[in-house]
Amino acid sequence: MAHEHENDHDHEHGHDHVHGHGHDHDNHLDPMAARVKALETILTEKGLVDPAAIDAIVDTYENKVGPRNGAKVVAKAWVDAEYADWLKRDATAAIASLGFTGRQGEHMQAVFNTPEQHNLVVCTLCSCYPWTVLGLPPVWYKAPPYRSRAVLDPRGVLQEFGLTLSADTKIRVWDSTAELRYLVVPMRPAGTEGMSEGDLAELVTRDSMIGTGLAGQAA
Amino acid sequence: MNGAQDLGGQMGFGPVAPERDEPYFHAEWEKRALGVTLSCGAFGAWNIDESRHMRESLHPADYYASSYYEIWTKALERLLERHGFVTAAEYKAGHSLRESATPKRVLKPENVAAVLARGGPCDRPVSTPAHFKAGDRVRTRNFNPTGHTRLPRYARGKVGVIDAVRQGFVFPDTNAHGMGEQPQWVYTVLFDGPEIWGEGSDPTLSVSIDAWESYLELA
Repeated sequence: MAHEHENDHDHEHGHDHVHGHGHDHDNHLDPMAARVKALETILTEKGLVDPAAIDAIVDTYENKVGPRNGAKVVAKAWVDAEYADWLKRDATAAIASLGFTGRQGEHMQAVFNTPEQHNLVVCTLCSCYPWTVLGLPPVWYKAPPYRSRAVLDPRGVLQEFGLTLSADTKIRVWDSTAELRYLVVPMRPAGTEGMSEGDLAELVTRDSMIGTGLAGQAA
Repeated sequence: MNGAQDLGGQMGFGPVAPERDEPYFHAEWEKRALGVTLSCGAFGAWNIDESRHMRESLHPADYYASSYYEIWTKALERLLERHGFVTAAEYKAGHSLRESATPKRVLKPENVAAVLARGGPCDRPVSTPAHFKAGDRVRTRNFNPTGHTRLPRYARGKVGVIDAVRQGFVFPDTNAHGMGEQPQWVYTVLFDGPEIWGEGSDPTLSVSIDAWESYLELA
């Protein structure tokens, strides 16, 4: 747990502050903690931000919105062909019907993996990610290694996640360059015919809905 | 702009480093950075496109050496300064020193749930019919604008196929610069891997982008 250093007034707050290269960002928590603390302090003193509103935002994305939402969508699509069809045609509405709406999920598209084609989602230009169904993105999704290579060498990237696709499986990469947000619907694992929707949702990992993984196997 | 953010196809960043059971936040200050950023977004003083453009306008050395919450924070400081909410002297002091501009809204805790659940839809009606239809062969423009654009470099001057006609959306290239929303049709355009990456490209790869109409011409 990092602590904020309220007395760290020596820190350079200038706009052209450039870090060295190749360091571990974890070594820089204290300067950033001081910088963000100063920002929040200034804005709070001016009455422009309310710390309690910040608490509510954090609580939302730490405890309420996350990949369990997307897992429910996928599991429902696995067991309910009509829902799957709706999800294919109008993902925003089909997802909203389960109560998942809002910021960074306003315009949803669901893309379905098949035995012939695997789908992978990236945002090469920033960090676009379907928050309403997956929550906040992991660090690697926003970082240069993934953003640079997902479009050029997706098979190599998938191997770094421990996923090797067969050589004849086609790979389609969706670069989220506009305001559409993509949810991958992984294939339903074999041997799960008798499982309930709730149990199926447990097999749906976050990575399987980005395309960097597959759904888990039945226990 | 051809900034540090335009990562598709770049090399040298090393392997992707997924973290097992990654937490949403790696430090307390990241939580506050998220909350402050979203709270300030609620002012209504700037839009998401101006915000993205500010992030990509960081010096490349700074951008690549910064974690994503660092990038957000640095860009937010500049946005607040540009729009008259905080001065450089205040950042240096770490406290409010003067009255500032009055935002349209200040986000209160009781409104957070509704604001996040509503999000910020950016689909807009377009008065002209869509110029392209699914299946049309199109070529992306080859340009190098100094301002904001969502056409990545790797996909400029390439021939692809209209995979889907989406909706009208706010045009980031103007909206980021105070020149209005000027909505256009957005299309999903699909490229064969070899069209984009040339020699040695994975023949099973295809890549799609979401492109505004003015990025495209019939091929």
